[in-house]
Amino acid sequence: MKTLLAIIVLLPFLGFLLNGLFRKHGTYKSVARLACTTILSSFIASAIVFGMLSQGTTAETVKYFDFINTDSIKIPFAFQIDHLSAMFLLIITGIGFLIHLYSSAYMKDEEPQHYARYFAYLNLFIFSMLLLVLGANYIIMFIGWEGVGLCSYLLIGFWFKNDNFNYAAKKAFIMNRIGDLGFLLAIFWLIARLGNANYADVFANVHNLSQTDITAITLLLFVGAMGKSAQIPLYTWLPDAMAGPTPVSALIHAATMVTAGIYMIARSNVLYSAAEFTQHIVVIVGLTTALFSATIAIKQNDIKKVLAYSTVSQLGYMFLGLGVGAYTGAVFHVMTHAFFKALLFLGAGSVIHAMHHEQDIRKMGGLKKYLPITHITFLLGCIAISGIPPFSGFFSKDEILAAAYEKNPVYWGLGVAGAAMTAFYMFRLYATTFLGKFRGTQDQEHHLHESPAAMTIPLIVLAVLSVIGGFVGVPEVLGGKHLLGEYLSTVIIPEPHHALAHNTEYMLMGISVAVATIAILFAVSHYSKKPQLEDATGLGKVLENKWYVDELYNTFIVNPLNALGGFFKNIVEKSGIDGFVNGIGRFVNYLSRQIRLVQSGQVGGYILMMVVSVVIILFIWIHDGEIYKFLVTKLF
Amino acid sequence: MQTNYFILMHHELIIAITIMLLLVIKVGSDKLSNQLVANVTNGLLLASLVLGFIVQPEGNVFGDMFHTDGFALLQKNILVAGTLIISLQASTWLKDYEHTAEFYILLLSTLLGMCFMISSRHFLMFYLSLELSTIPLAALANFDLHLKRSSEAALKLIISSAFSSGLMLLGISFLYGTTGTLSFGEVASAIQLNTPLQLFAFVLIFAGFGFKISAVPFHLWTADVYEGSPVAVTSYLSVISKGAVLFVFITVLFNVFALYAHSWYYLIVIVSLFTMVIGNLFALRQTNIKRFLAFSSISQVGFILIGLSGGTHTSAASVVYFIVVYIFSNLGAFGVIALVQGLTGKENINDYKGFYLNNKMLSWMLGIALFSLAGIPPVAGFFGKFFLLLSGAEKGAYWLIAIAAINMVISLYYYLNVVKNIFIDKSDTSIEKLPIAIQPRIAMIICVIGVVGSGLCGGLYQYIFDLVK
Repeated sequence: MKTLLAIIVLLPFLGFLLNGLFRKHGTYKSVARLACTTILSSFIASAIVFGMLSQGTTAETVKYFDFINTDSIKIPFAFQIDHLSAMFLLIITGIGFLIHLYSSAYMKDEEPQHYARYFAYLNLFIFSMLLLVLGANYIIMFIGWEGVGLCSYLLIGFWFKNDNFNYAAKKAFIMNRIGDLGFLLAIFWLIARLGNANYADVFANVHNLSQTDITAITLLLFVGAMGKSAQIPLYTWLPDAMAGPTPVSALIHAATMVTAGIYMIARSNVLYSAAEFTQHIVVIVGLTTALFSATIAIKQNDIKKVLAYSTVSQLGYMFLGLGVGAYTGAVFHVMTHAFFKALLFLGAGSVIHAMHHEQDIRKMGGLKKYLPITHITFLLGCIAISGIPPFSGFFSKDEILAAAYEKNPVYWGLGVAGAAMTAFYMFRLYATTFLGKFRGTQDQEHHLHESPAAMTIPLIVLAVLSVIGGFVGVPEVLGGKHLLGEYLSTVIIPEPHHALAHNTEYMLMGISVAVATIAILFAVSHYSKKPQLEDATGLGKVLENKWYVDELYNTFIVNPLNALGGFFKNIVEKSGIDGFVNGIGRFVNYLSRQIRLVQSGQVGGYILMMVVSVVIILFIWIHDGEIYKFLVTKLF
Repeated sequence: MQTNYFILMHHELIIAITIMLLLVIKVGSDKLSNQLVANVTNGLLLASLVLGFIVQPEGNVFGDMFHTDGFALLQKNILVAGTLIISLQASTWLKDYEHTAEFYILLLSTLLGMCFMISSRHFLMFYLSLELSTIPLAALANFDLHLKRSSEAALKLIISSAFSSGLMLLGISFLYGTTGTLSFGEVASAIQLNTPLQLFAFVLIFAGFGFKISAVPFHLWTADVYEGSPVAVTSYLSVISKGAVLFVFITVLFNVFALYAHSWYYLIVIVSLFTMVIGNLFALRQTNIKRFLAFSSISQVGFILIGLSGGTHTSAASVVYFIVVYIFSNLGAFGVIALVQGLTGKENINDYKGFYLNNKMLSWMLGIALFSLAGIPPVAGFFGKFFLLLSGAEKGAYWLIAIAAINMVISLYYYLNVVKNIFIDKSDTSIEKLPIAIQPRIAMIICVIGVVGSGLCGGLYQYIFDLVK
């Protein structure tokens, strides 16, 4: 197991090193092959591990070496392999591989050197995420956590010649760092209270922590999760992260990065279950985010932006699940969401590829006949995310909503409203892009083409997964068996049995499906016929501008900070600190000039100086009392 | 019994034989090849060095006036290695010099004096060897025969050195007057607290040492002497000679005056402070690179004194370790300067503008040496200073360490200023590509390996530390 895990983690790292160091020597073929092979091998190894665990191999912690070793703190470099991490391994390497494969065709326009750089980053991304998921303590998780943040920065700013993209990359990095601070504080807090940050020790010692400690730690961890998983108020980086190449968006949204926050909380479920207050906060933040970003998604015209806000909204659902204690449901949703969101992004990439980097859906339309495979798979993805049975999204979303209803029917009501909006904006996107008439230029229409096999194969695989992926978690009421719940039961203590009557559950499902269906029909009928999307007015305009949140942040946070920075720079630093420092420099120089006068060149002067010094030294000792006494008693 | 002498004194014997040999060669032939003289000397120095690492005797001779052990042998090896490096570096200068044999005879005489000095366990022996190591140096300082400032340097050195010897002799005679003995061991046990005459003796002896290691306020001779002497002599004075005296200083402070430890602690702290600060202030404004290195070596002595103030095995080890590092780094810098000066006659910092353009290898050598002197990791200078400050901090004087750290920052300014001149500044009259002969090339490679190696190789400090015990 020890070697197997090392292989899983180190292969992508090897790919990163080779592609990164020899990026000027590789060809398209060698680079892509290397990158894809490492991830594929990692995936196969992960599958073996997954299989071993489901065959009854017990979870274990494997230690490689002492990472930090002091008297008071001992942090081992260890991996923890259990059912939860095994499942994430599969998602990360599996989806990661498909995205690698897809990228090998999508990124062909780049120069070979940048092509290699891209794949090096991509491999590093997977490596960091694996580290994050496998770490047996919060420190290792944090290393992966930071690695993921770094890679997202590198990849969002991949086309670094465009300043806007660099800005987006910086924004992602800074937003994440704000969250990281919370995470870091939580780790410090844990270490201060318990002396280490190993999961096993922490979870075994929860009863030794005071309620305040638990609440504070979980809240701080949640702040970290907010940053990484793009929750209000730290979500604005994710839509801007669309600046990166589209497969990167797929990677960030589906397999890596944003799921890190969910994973962290699911991993810490013991802590969270003991912190009721934090759970309330998580629910509120999750639900608000889900609704808020869904409203924004309705009025976006950039194909990737719609998907981005939809991710934020779906992440909100996952946090809702986490907050109401449905950890399994949240993880389930991570999985299904990984399938269909990767599918949707890659489909969008295929569309963008065909449209020669046009992303505005107002200029698309009628792509159905030009991109048949993309069209079908994209449609399946839309149905899945809208929660129509028996597609995968239905099962996971339903599980979360049911758990929410149990906690508080209002949560459920809001959740369903969000689901309706999801269905609406997804089919608005689908209808404007694929149905109706083509609205682009003649030239674009002429060049429309289906993407190559390396791009369509991942789409097909993901489409299949999106359709059937839900069957691992069929609720009891539908006569199924919750395989995933059973699999994860060693890590996540199963929620107390549903108190809901079967009839209630049927009703809940029925309502959410009906609402979604109505929203879909409305969206399709409304947008498929429209020759042109009209400019938004009133509330629509507010939504199109994303509730002016970016502007709000600029006015209330960024600008005051900049002003403060300007004040420090111009007043405090230039005249204060610089003046002080330069003053010291001038003073030293002045001293140096004066002291040179002693150096007269006269040997006599030098000798006099020596004599005077000896006398002074003696005098100092006289005051020490010893010679002084002698002089007084003997000489006088 | 007789073989015992040979084994115990093998360093001294080989050096003495070399001196004799050179004398014979000099007298025997009218036209002798400089190359031959240099090769013979270098060869014998190398032999002595190798022997010094292989044969490690321990014992006393001359009625316990001469003592040797692993620690003393290490110190002698360090000095011999340093002298060898200087000899290799000087070959460019000595190639066409008419008095090469005399140069080596005088140089080796001082080395002989230093070796005896390190092994001496008796003040008489110590004083004799001290003079043996100083007087030839004055003659060496005069070796740029056609230069007036070289003669001036020699004269200044001999006069002020004579005076400091006078102080030291006075101190020694006070010591003899109060204790009735001159043997280190016996003096140490005869010394009592609160005897003013002994304190006075200590201050005088301290002044003598202070002069030799150019600690402030006994440092004033250094600038003129360093500037006037030939580069090889300057580097010898500022590195080897100082190192030797410091080695003995450790013995005298820690063994002979151990009883006064609480008193000399304050004295050394104050002197080290002055030495650091004033050395830095002087170095800050120098435009002549030789003078600049000389003054910066004064401030380095300040750091060494901080290490000494600790007064434990750790501080002895840290001082010896630092001197090893310091020999490599300072000689590395001096080697490049000697080469440049020997070939072009330029010795101003401004002349080094754009040096990197034509002399990549020399620039890197000088750069690495300067980084080490400034104490920047991962080169050895950082660890040297680190250990010094660490042992100085053992007594709890953190303010002293803070001041030392500030001084390191100041020194960073002027070391990096030279680096900036070499690597960044542009000049129309930058120095042409210089040919590097084989001997200086070897010397430089040794220095660079020493600077980088002694920093990265953690075992060296442990090795010294074990020997100190």
